[in-house]
Amino acid sequence: MNSVVPAPIARQPWSMLFPLIALVGFGAMVLFSAAGGNWEPFATSHLLRFLLFLVMASVMTLFGREFVRFAAYPIYAVLLVLLLAVEAIGFVGGGSQRWLNLGVVQLQPSELMKPAIILVLAKFYSGLPPGMTMSWRALVPAAVLVAIPMGLVLLQPDLGTALAIGFGGATVMFLAGLPLRWFVTAGVAALVIAPLAYFFGLHDYQQRRVTTFLDPESDPLGAGYHITQSKIAIGSGGLFGKGFNEGSQSHLNYLPEPHTDFVFATMAEEWGLLGGLAVILIYGLIMRWGLSVARKSHDRFATLLASGMVATMFFYVAINLMMVMGLAPVVGIPLPFMSHGGSSMMTNMICIGTLMMVNRWNNRAPRSRLS
Amino acid sequence: MFRRKPLFRKGPQVQITSATLENTYDRRSFVVAGVGVSIGLLLAGRMSYLAIAENEKYETEAESNRVNLSLIPPRRGWIVDRSGAPLASNRADFRVDVIPERMNRPEQQMEVLREVLNLDQAAMADLRERISRTRGFRPVEVASGLSYEQFAALSVRLPNLPGVVPQRGYSRYYPTGPSIGHLIGYVGPASAEEYEKDRNPLLITPGYKIGKDGLEKQFEQRLRGVPGARRVEVTATGRIVRDLETRDDIQGKPVKLTIDGPLQDYAARRIGPESGSVVVMDCRTGDVLCMASMPSFDPNSFSDGIGRVEYAMLRDDERVPLRNKVLKGLYPPGSTVKPMVSMALLREGVDPEETVYCGGGLRVGNRVFHCWQRRGHGQVNMAKGIYQSCDVYFYHLAQRIGMDPIAAMARRCGMGQEFDLPVLSQFYGTVPDPAWKLEKYGTKWQAYDTVNATIGQGYMLANPLQLAVMASRLASGRHVEPHLLFGESKGQFPPADFAPEHVALVRQAMSDVINGPGTAGRARLPLEDVLMAGKTGTAQVVSLSVSDGTSGPWKYRDHGLFIFFAPYDNPRYAGAVVIEHGGGSSSAYPIARDVTTFLFDPRKGMEALHALEKQWGGNAQERLAARYAAYAAQTGEAVPPAPRRDEEIFASVDAEARAAAMVPVTEATDAAINRSDVAE
Repeated sequence: MNSVVPAPIARQPWSMLFPLIALVGFGAMVLFSAAGGNWEPFATSHLLRFLLFLVMASVMTLFGREFVRFAAYPIYAVLLVLLLAVEAIGFVGGGSQRWLNLGVVQLQPSELMKPAIILVLAKFYSGLPPGMTMSWRALVPAAVLVAIPMGLVLLQPDLGTALAIGFGGATVMFLAGLPLRWFVTAGVAALVIAPLAYFFGLHDYQQRRVTTFLDPESDPLGAGYHITQSKIAIGSGGLFGKGFNEGSQSHLNYLPEPHTDFVFATMAEEWGLLGGLAVILIYGLIMRWGLSVARKSHDRFATLLASGMVATMFFYVAINLMMVMGLAPVVGIPLPFMSHGGSSMMTNMICIGTLMMVNRWNNRAPRSRLS
Repeated sequence: MFRRKPLFRKGPQVQITSATLENTYDRRSFVVAGVGVSIGLLLAGRMSYLAIAENEKYETEAESNRVNLSLIPPRRGWIVDRSGAPLASNRADFRVDVIPERMNRPEQQMEVLREVLNLDQAAMADLRERISRTRGFRPVEVASGLSYEQFAALSVRLPNLPGVVPQRGYSRYYPTGPSIGHLIGYVGPASAEEYEKDRNPLLITPGYKIGKDGLEKQFEQRLRGVPGARRVEVTATGRIVRDLETRDDIQGKPVKLTIDGPLQDYAARRIGPESGSVVVMDCRTGDVLCMASMPSFDPNSFSDGIGRVEYAMLRDDERVPLRNKVLKGLYPPGSTVKPMVSMALLREGVDPEETVYCGGGLRVGNRVFHCWQRRGHGQVNMAKGIYQSCDVYFYHLAQRIGMDPIAAMARRCGMGQEFDLPVLSQFYGTVPDPAWKLEKYGTKWQAYDTVNATIGQGYMLANPLQLAVMASRLASGRHVEPHLLFGESKGQFPPADFAPEHVALVRQAMSDVINGPGTAGRARLPLEDVLMAGKTGTAQVVSLSVSDGTSGPWKYRDHGLFIFFAPYDNPRYAGAVVIEHGGGSSSAYPIARDVTTFLFDPRKGMEALHALEKQWGGNAQERLAARYAAYAAQTGEAVPPAPRRDEEIFASVDAEARAAAMVPVTEATDAAINRSDVAE
């Protein structure tokens, strides 16, 4: 086999790319069905975006380690400025806004901030002398790095993205080896603060989402409608589903957002439990590959960077699936590689590209314990 | 959110190297992966639970989402007269409903509706009011009885009119309109209370109407029928994707009445501008042939959803067009009780030839009771007492036999009785006697009470149906019971416990009222071979000190009453006419005369009616429309067009149809046959 396949191709991480391409293709089929059996408007653009961002990811793999390390703070700084710009424009224009119109494309800086926060924290901890890991100097700068973009995103307000940034940051901190008791303390503090935040920090619509999540039947035609319809779609699919293009929940518009946030429900209705387990399994394969890349890498920077990217993707997948199955409130987080939408595809492909990049670093220089 | 600044504490002084960190990473990444895997398993488990354990539940819910079962309102059973002609039928109808909740731009959409359907200001005001009263997704009827052109014009604009629902259905149609309003009632959408009582989903189906009054309400279950059903696939917004299956409705069963449609129409129209009622019965079978009560409402208007202005007009009318006067109008029967009192006298052994001198009044206690004829009648025997309606004769002899035998006879004749009829309610009035007075007022019966009661005044009250039953029983000598359902009566009533010679005497005296030297000579039928018998009555409404009873304010005038039967020697029909505040019996007996004429010779009857209607300005329906126009103009509202009458097929129940059918007697239709055997 090695002789048949050219080396540049054999070198690619096919154990991840095969499942990923299968998943995106499957996603396109689901979007084809969600559009009522049409390639337009979802499926074609989904595939085109994937190809575009796959090229982007391939280009990313060419970046060297030092260049990436060097670029970490500038990228973070630029994104902070863009986030501030979004705030300012929103303030001037009146009303909240998440987008920055760059003429050709609309840029959502908060999306880019998700991988960027991983990058900047990986850079920070790789530069921190190991001896200081247990001291406050390991925590405070990192906490500030996370808190600023989180705060700005919360102001937009976009709770889902803020949580994604926080989760990615926290995972990197955890893996960087900060004392466990800090996390325990923070966890306890979060338990105390959560109710307070619920009553004073959340907007009305966000509060409603939480209460509705706790009891969807309390408001079956209002905010609970999303969760109820999504569960109906998944539950009515049964073991093998209703068949491709046969989902009544999505085709008759009972399922809200059948092509974005609730694409998994659209899929599960038509492909059943088997389709659902296959999708979960594929995510598992991709994540496993990501973690193995992290474990095999040579230095702290690459390790933390890779595992942080996995954490970011995992957060998307887990929250979205929990949401559509009625285990989490509706927070508006799309499902990576399946939901229709450029921003989420871009973010997740940046994560994939970063992992491929680290993978390439690993292949170039075999792992040594002496970094 | 995640990183609240924890308390710092000096950690144990362990030398931390990158090797320890890598160790920590290995351990912790293992934990992180473990957490990830367990969340993955949790999700897989949750999904299996949803898709397998709860599959059935969610499949049902998805199905109930997808499939919308809509009921097809059943066509309502017809109400037909004794010859099978419809008094209430259905006609195919194009209708438009709106579902206010689904309208996205209500104001613009209403404007489009106004233009396309050509609605005027009053109709728009009514519509707005109905919309403001509706709740949730209940449709509101905008208009019915649309022309096909309007229906089509609206249908092509539907894409821009969410919430507007054009329907093909049936609407209730009452060919003779006001003539049968009180008897048949009307239909309308079920109210919230009615739905509470009968939780039938049919009741809240758009376009479905239930009986609201009269026989429509009484026979609701029988007329209702079985709804059809249509299973359709719908989107979340309610748009119908395709039909799945359809089951046809089963029309409700018809109700066949003893009512003679043309006669009912004739009688109602003959009442003309007066307020009153006419009851005609077949005194052999007890079949009620006609129960007209006027003025009335047009049940077509009610069933189409009556307009605000039109309803106000009916409600504010002092002649109470919303009350069925046949069953719920109670009147002092006046002198119409005199034949009945005579029967009581005869039964108590009074010699009919015994005379009483009438000098124009009689002192009873310390008060003088006057005869209506102030000059007096001279010597009066029983027959003269009846045909001249001499009050003094009855004052005198009633005191001799006392009230109890008279009250017993009144009840035997049907007064104070509630009849076994399929009607919503009947007021059954009062037959006073000493026991009744003691219980009600706690005072003793006095001689003057008897005197009052014998001329049908005082406490005595009866409804027109009771008077007609009294006429039937006096005429036939049998215990006639009224019937409204065709075929229910076997016609063999037991004798009413009257001596035949008493009946003959009273019959003769009642004939003399009209055909002899009586009080109602003008009631003589314009027919060669049929003689009618009757008895006039004038019921005082207020004391003579307030009004003389024949002029002055309408509501102070005397009621005019008349009971009758014909032919007098072989009674076939009997009835009663009561004209409220008609100023005396002369307002009542011409109506009885014309109605009876119509029974025997429809053409002659129609001639009389047409002449009168020319004077009055149209038939009842036309006058009602004209009155509404005037009323609406007065309140400053625009006037909707008069009810349409374009279906010729239904013309067979109006009075003209009967007359037309009678022209060549040999070609008499079914409707006429039951009349031609009278000539025997």
